[in-house]
Amino acid sequence: MTATHSLLVSSLRLGYGDRTVIESLDLTLPPGKITAIVGANACGKSTLLRSMSRLLAPRAGHVLLDGREVHKMPAKELARTLGLLPQSPVAPEGITVSDLVGRGRNPHQRLLSRWSREDDAAVAAALDATHTADLADRSVDELSGGQRQRVWIAMALAQQTDLLLLDEPTTFLDVSHQVEVLDLLTDLNRNRGTTIVMVLHDLNMAARYADHLIALADGKLHAAGEPSAVLTEDCVRAVFGLDSQVITDPTSGKPLMLPLGRHHVAITRP
Amino acid sequence: MTQLDSRPGPGAAVDRRRPARVRTLWILAALAALVLIMIASVAFGSRIVGWADIVAGVRGQTDTLAQAAVVKRIPRTFLAVAVGAALGLAGAVMQGVTRNPLADPGILGVNMGASLAVVTGIVSFGLASAAGYIWVAILGAAVAAVFVYAVGSLGRGGATPLKLALAGAAISAALASLISAFVLPRSDIATGFQSWMIGGVGGASYDSLRLVLPFLAVGFAVSLLSAKALNSLALGDDLAAGLGERVAVTRGVAALGAVLLCGASTAVAGPIAFVGLVVPHFCRLLVGLDHRWLLPFSALIGAALLTAADVVGRVVARPQEIDVGIITALIGAPFFIYFVRRQKVREL
Ligand SMILES: Nc1ncnc2c1ncn2[C@@H]1O[C@H](COP(=O)(O)OP(=O)(O)OP(=O)(O)O)[C@@H](O)[C@H]1O
Ligand SMILES: [Mg+2]
Repeated sequence: MTATHSLLVSSLRLGYGDRTVIESLDLTLPPGKITAIVGANACGKSTLLRSMSRLLAPRAGHVLLDGREVHKMPAKELARTLGLLPQSPVAPEGITVSDLVGRGRNPHQRLLSRWSREDDAAVAAALDATHTADLADRSVDELSGGQRQRVWIAMALAQQTDLLLLDEPTTFLDVSHQVEVLDLLTDLNRNRGTTIVMVLHDLNMAARYADHLIALADGKLHAAGEPSAVLTEDCVRAVFGLDSQVITDPTSGKPLMLPLGRHHVAITRP
Repeated sequence: MTQLDSRPGPGAAVDRRRPARVRTLWILAALAALVLIMIASVAFGSRIVGWADIVAGVRGQTDTLAQAAVVKRIPRTFLAVAVGAALGLAGAVMQGVTRNPLADPGILGVNMGASLAVVTGIVSFGLASAAGYIWVAILGAAVAAVFVYAVGSLGRGGATPLKLALAGAAISAALASLISAFVLPRSDIATGFQSWMIGGVGGASYDSLRLVLPFLAVGFAVSLLSAKALNSLALGDDLAAGLGERVAVTRGVAALGAVLLCGASTAVAGPIAFVGLVVPHFCRLLVGLDHRWLLPFSALIGAALLTAADVVGRVVARPQEIDVGIITALIGAPFFIYFVRRQKVREL
């Protein structure tokens, strides 16, 4: 499970209908690391993630996994290497937690194969890791937003991929569950070498947990690199149109962004 | 059929045995019920027959009128089982493919498409062989399915449950009028068509069974093999693709299985509605949402329901018979109304 894979995007153009959302994007996602993608609403983060997991064909350019074009790989083979948790997935009415998490095993099963020991072990490990084991027999409809989100993450974990793309995995979660999910993803990254790519809206969480930060603005790359190099006051202004103050987090040494609204003007600026 | 293994995995936090055992019990119970209903279907009919004649009839004797009646009930029972299973399974597959709780071969106009194709074949092209009916019916079912799905997907939001059901109902009505327009001027065939259009298994013979079984068998195999893929599709197209399904291909294959089942059963039994709607919902309550269990169970319950409805139709209006299509509509229509009236018709 420690195989590292290179995922990169070159001159990628993406769009829907006659609208272009992403224009000529080049990115390299460092293998074995945690990458966070940030950017304003509707700037194309989900679109990019969908294309990297072959859900959306490029208008131009390539998505390359280990040098192979993602959109030409066999579907199941790709699904054993790269998993995607979309933004706000919808569970079928009445499905139980264990059934839902078990469906993450699909890429590992053949048409007629029986449910195997590995399947059982993977589901159990995923439930344990996300602290959802005691919800296993509950219906997903009855869960709170945070519990539901953890169940979806469990499903993605059950897929046991070396690369995991997550679209806003911490939305709906209270702050302690946000930290818990990000810690869990960090464990996964440190212990198994899983490459993690996630879209986050909380810049401070992104800066703290990511090894590599990518800031998108209007479908173009604004900046990419170490969080301390990327998350600057200028960057926040360019990407979000927001004035802010960026200080150094005394605990982690990572940048910490403090937004300034129109009513809160900085008294002292460094 | 694949099923959940009952062995506990190493350190398994979930006890998967319990639900599997419950499901197995329900399947066995349904099988037992089906066998009882099949026996009833041979024993009871519009003519009241004694046990001696039933036993003699099952052995193949046709010396008395009563024995002859029993002999005719045997292929009728098998046809009801086959058509019921096909419709129950087709309904479950269509609900899975469209992620639409209102999907049903009748409501989506698929059966009516098959009917129109058969009628057109007979009236305009002099189609006369029963095997020809089946091919033509399957073609008609496929065209109707694609057309209804295309119309239901127009506009905002794609193929929502209600839009799909409305498109199906509208197109069904249009197809039904076309059928009338074709048939009414032809007094020589109009009466026969009327009873076929209601839907029934009264005309069953071993010949019609033999003709339709290969088509149903392929339809069953394709549908049942789609179970795993339907499980993934139920999570939405994005997740299904992320789980390694080729969404469009899978949809097409599963739909083809359902179309084979609908076309073939409509060719022999007419357009029977509501079995495919009611059965999967009932089955979900008992065995859950996993299509690997839901599909075979829907086939079993569909067979039981249609055979039972046929028995009821034969005994409530003695000495007349009520076609099974009327009985299933009486059961299914209130259920359909209840479903549409529920506040939110969610995607499956
Ligand atoms: N299926 C679609 N069809 C047409 N346009 C789409 C579709 N999905 C997204 N878009 C458009 O593409 C643009 C980028 O959308 P995307 O979902 O990638 O944004 P995002 O960066 O993920 O935003 P958010 O932070 O709100 O999730 C938006 O303008 C959106 O309206
Ligand atoms: Mg998004």
